[in-house]
Amino acid sequence: MSDGAISPRPARAPFSTLLEIRGIAKRFGRAEVLKNISLQIAAGEFLTLLGESGSGKTTLLRLIAGFEQPTSGEIWMGQERLDTLPPYKRRVNTVFQNYALFPHLNVRDNVAYGLRVKSTPQTEIGGRVEEALRMVKMSSFANARPSTLSGGQQQRIALARALINRPQLLLLDEPLSALDANLRKQMQSELKALQREIGIAFLFVTHDQEEAMALSDRIALLRNGALEQIASPREIYSRPATAYTAEFIGQTNVLHGEVQNGLVRCGPLQWKIAHAGGSVILSLRPEAIRLVDDALRFPDAVRFRGAIRQQIYSGASELLEIDCGGNLTLRARVPPSGPLTGEREFVFSAAAAIPVNESSAVAPAGKLDQEPA
Amino acid sequence: MYSRAYKTIIAMPPLLWVCLFLLLPYTLMFGHSFWLVRDGGLVHEWNLQNYRALFSNPLYFQVFLRTARIAAAVMLCSLLLGYPLAYYLSFHAGPRKEVLYQLVIVPLWVSYLVRGYAWKTILGSDGVLNGLLQYLRVTREPVSFFLYSPFAVVLMLTHIYTPFVFLPIYAALEHIPRTLVEASQDLGADRRATFLCVILPLSVPGLLAGATFAFVLSLGDFLAPLLVGGPSATMVANIVQSLFGAAYDWPLGAAISVCILLTTVALLFTTERLEKRWSFR
Repeated sequence: MSDGAISPRPARAPFSTLLEIRGIAKRFGRAEVLKNISLQIAAGEFLTLLGESGSGKTTLLRLIAGFEQPTSGEIWMGQERLDTLPPYKRRVNTVFQNYALFPHLNVRDNVAYGLRVKSTPQTEIGGRVEEALRMVKMSSFANARPSTLSGGQQQRIALARALINRPQLLLLDEPLSALDANLRKQMQSELKALQREIGIAFLFVTHDQEEAMALSDRIALLRNGALEQIASPREIYSRPATAYTAEFIGQTNVLHGEVQNGLVRCGPLQWKIAHAGGSVILSLRPEAIRLVDDALRFPDAVRFRGAIRQQIYSGASELLEIDCGGNLTLRARVPPSGPLTGEREFVFSAAAAIPVNESSAVAPAGKLDQEPA
Repeated sequence: MYSRAYKTIIAMPPLLWVCLFLLLPYTLMFGHSFWLVRDGGLVHEWNLQNYRALFSNPLYFQVFLRTARIAAAVMLCSLLLGYPLAYYLSFHAGPRKEVLYQLVIVPLWVSYLVRGYAWKTILGSDGVLNGLLQYLRVTREPVSFFLYSPFAVVLMLTHIYTPFVFLPIYAALEHIPRTLVEASQDLGADRRATFLCVILPLSVPGLLAGATFAFVLSLGDFLAPLLVGGPSATMVANIVQSLFGAAYDWPLGAAISVCILLTTVALLFTTERLEKRWSFR
């Protein structure tokens, strides 16, 4: 709930809650699309709903916008219960994946739509439309038809149209997925800058983890309709809660180890670990593994020899696939170092191997290409 | 690429068809409209007498006006029935959509004549409607004005042409991306505003096509006035029919036909332009 400006804020929430989702579930027939989702969105926050297709992220967005009704649970915005209101009474606005610009209206009338249907005085509309168009750098296109605009330009108009109602929360449904790679990068940074400038909360849906990392204050990772982890990009990357998170966000080596007498054993490797006995799953990022001749020293270094099976060059770095023997293959991301073959000595810091939860460790192993489709 | 000979062979049948069954009759009709009938025989003497008669005799103008009025009434009634039906089916029928769609289409498979006679048995003085009214003691005597009136013609034609109006409107509504409706609601428009500002404007091409169907088809109809219209509902096509039949004045009939044809072509041309202006895909 909103804790207001005067009342002292509880220590655990260093922000004021704008939107609260309480135990939302959604079924379509027999399919359970969302399972008991609870999360809060802070005022001015950039929160990303990240997940594979079918993870329920778009459904969650549509529940907030009001295009779907939850099977159970509640959505609150301040003191107002949102999920019982029709979409046109909710103070949130949406940027649609395919832009959904009105083809029979020109750019100006598209942007003015939200003000017109709310009977805003004509004198006010002109100025606000101009301001919105200036904000997305599209002032000179006011008289154009949407069909004559490029994808990126349509995207800007859709943004201006959604923002003109001055919502406190903007919902964005994969808004950049239809753009080509370069334009996408450019729009990402513009979107982020715009969000900072106007200071409203963005709830952004994407399946692209890189995009999520680049833009978000926090990332909520959804998996099969359930919340897998919600954290800042840095935290979710460096301290993934589950193996699924570790594999989805960036690349990682998921190691299945056995702990005995304070030592963890993964195939031919072993190192000290502060973990009770039994089996453990560890996430070891490829960039944590170095060639020994990098002349790096760690206090808790784990050294091992391995045969380089594959070397994938990607400009700023190279990805090595290392056969460590004993059925263990590790991926290492090292600085570009020319063609490498044969056996080499590698090292990583034991602290870089992060224990993750068992529960969700079912992501397909041995995948080199971690880019989600 | 296809050879020249192949293209010629492929194009021949339709070209022949068009020449034989469209161009030739129209040319004959056009020619006839400038000839005359003297002493019960056709005289090939070029003149404008038929057109002069058409425009000087107020009777023809009256019939033409009545025809236009009936056609306009049919158009309006079938729009009033067809549009809401199409809107309901497209946006709110849910899983019943397919069944309802078939129910609208099925009457098209029933012969026009059968439907005409059905209305005759319903509206006649000893017909179904009068029987019901007398049984319910609403009326004591059979009401005679149901049948043989412009009203009966409008009723029958509306019944027949409503599916023709429904179909293009339904197609237009089905083509409206549903995200546009969501976008409109998202921006604060309630159902009414969304209908008026998004759905209605985007369905204008279908609406125009449907209205044109109903108007043009009614304009040239001669069976409905013949079956249920009576003398007070005589339409242009009935005049043409009698001129080509009992009255034996082909030139005058041809002149009237040329006028109807030109009116229809002008209408189709105009609505086509309008439809283009209102389509955005």
